[in-house]
Amino acid sequence: MSGAATPDPTAPLTPSGNLRRRQLVSRAAELAATAAAIVAVGALAIVVYTVVARGASAIDLDFIFTGYPTGVGPMLLGTLVIALVATLMAMPVGVLIALYLTEYAGARGTGALKLTLDLLNGLPSIILGLFVFALLVDHKQQSGFAGAVALAIIELPLIARGSQEVLQLVPQSLREASDALGVARWRSVLTVVLPTALGGIVTATVLAVARAAGETAPLILATSVFDPKHFSVNPFEAMPNVPVWIYKLSEEGNPEGFTEAWGMSLLLVSFILFASLGARALLARSKRKLSS
Amino acid sequence: MAGATSHTVRMARGARVSPLRKRLDLLGDRLLFGVCVLAALLAAGTIFLVGYQIVHGATPALSKFGFAFVYETTWQPNFGEFGAGSLLFGTAVTSAFALLLGAPIAIAIGLFLTLLAPAGVRGVVGPLVELLAAIPSVILGFWGLLVLAPFVQDHVEPFLHGALGFLPIFGTPETTGLSVFTASLILTLMVIPIIASISRDLFQSVPRELQDGASALGATRWEVVRGVVLPTTSSGVVAACLLGLGRALGEAIAVSQVIGAGSEIQASLFKSGDTLASRIALQFPGALTELHKASLYYCGVILLAIGLASNLIAQAIGRRFAYRGATAR
Repeated sequence: MSGAATPDPTAPLTPSGNLRRRQLVSRAAELAATAAAIVAVGALAIVVYTVVARGASAIDLDFIFTGYPTGVGPMLLGTLVIALVATLMAMPVGVLIALYLTEYAGARGTGALKLTLDLLNGLPSIILGLFVFALLVDHKQQSGFAGAVALAIIELPLIARGSQEVLQLVPQSLREASDALGVARWRSVLTVVLPTALGGIVTATVLAVARAAGETAPLILATSVFDPKHFSVNPFEAMPNVPVWIYKLSEEGNPEGFTEAWGMSLLLVSFILFASLGARALLARSKRKLSS
Repeated sequence: MAGATSHTVRMARGARVSPLRKRLDLLGDRLLFGVCVLAALLAAGTIFLVGYQIVHGATPALSKFGFAFVYETTWQPNFGEFGAGSLLFGTAVTSAFALLLGAPIAIAIGLFLTLLAPAGVRGVVGPLVELLAAIPSVILGFWGLLVLAPFVQDHVEPFLHGALGFLPIFGTPETTGLSVFTASLILTLMVIPIIASISRDLFQSVPRELQDGASALGATRWEVVRGVVLPTTSSGVVAACLLGLGRALGEAIAVSQVIGAGSEIQASLFKSGDTLASRIALQFPGALTELHKASLYYCGVILLAIGLASNLIAQAIGRRFAYRGATAR
């Protein structure tokens, strides 16, 4: 009726008042979320850039293949051996746990076992260091093996969860077909289910190794008093290893040691980044293949 | 007729009369099941064994200091006096600060990845954020020592002291940059990827219809988040934060590299301090007396108790949440 109630038809179609405020708030929130992502990626970029920029000059053939003081060969070899021993212990147990979860366990067993794996995964690594020290080192001597046990405990839940996810994707029809042919359970598990999931299990293991390779806290208690000149493959003595050596050099405060530590950091970070990126890509592919 | 049995029938008969194979299969089935159960029991046994060994190692300190160890603040190895009060304080402050700073950033990243980022960006940023968790703590700590600490000392601490110096937590900066503040920043970097990846998964599970409904009613993007996404996932996000807290509490190496190993309780974040985990890493290898070692084990007991508790609570919340989500659908 009155002219004031009808909106002005020529007014521009831009929000005003309350709506404008709400849209500004929304816009600000979007900007903040984007900024948060940039902060995290930026932090990663800065750390990786620093490691590359300061470590690249230290690396040459001597650095990789000779012992202290010209290179860090013994540490690289030791880390390799410790990681290998740890994986040899963790992988069979992890895969068996995954098999138990997918092939045998009922609802209650699954719940309890998954909780156990989560708790294992959440144990602080320094606690595992204290554990292996009490179990294997105290009143005896430090050993690469003690370090490997700690790393195996770190790898175990990762391998078990990763393998379980892949095993679950093995089509039920394969198991049924095998049953229908009269094949015993254990035979079909070993000859049908496991081979189908093998690719995924291996990549899950690689991810676990990448996670464990840089762990320092347990090794400081398990295998830290070593001779950095001595190439050792005997896991029953204290073995030189990369993380503890980086830690020691960082505590010493000597500029040449810092360069050496940056060099080792670069080697370690590139191994970890390539292993985890590659394994992720492979894992995604084998999961896609299994579920298609 | 008698000789004309078909090939298949002969095969079936052949399969029937093979008791050896049958027995082998029975044995194989039991063996595989047994080995699998054994592996599962081994995992459960490991947790109990870890708990037992740590408590066992702490026994001398437990019987000498009793519960007073938890709040006593003197730590003098030469005089056999030990108390974890200042360490507990350091652990609480660094973890709380890391969580206060890291959780909002991580949740925002989760929102960015699920609601804002185009598919291409999401495929790159998501893995990159998770790679932040893959950087070994010793390298992050080394970087913190040589790059972050000097930067914090030259720029951040003077700035915060100048702007907010009236608050006791932003006291006069020290000369090294090795401080509770720097340690908290490193822990923040470690907490972010954990919370971000869990909360991203949570946000993805929010039913599309609810969000579309809110949008249809005229809600802006932020109001959809505020009114639909966050309320439906709040308990899961709390669980994610608790898992992040567990990570921050237990980090030993990186913290020991940048916190400066002080032994007093100080209000200012810019002073040195120490945490339970970092004290174990720093002093255990050089511990001389049995009592010193036992006290460090005692720190381990406290750490284990808090860590397991936060983890269990997180699992309980997460499980309830998953259950509710399953029935709602």
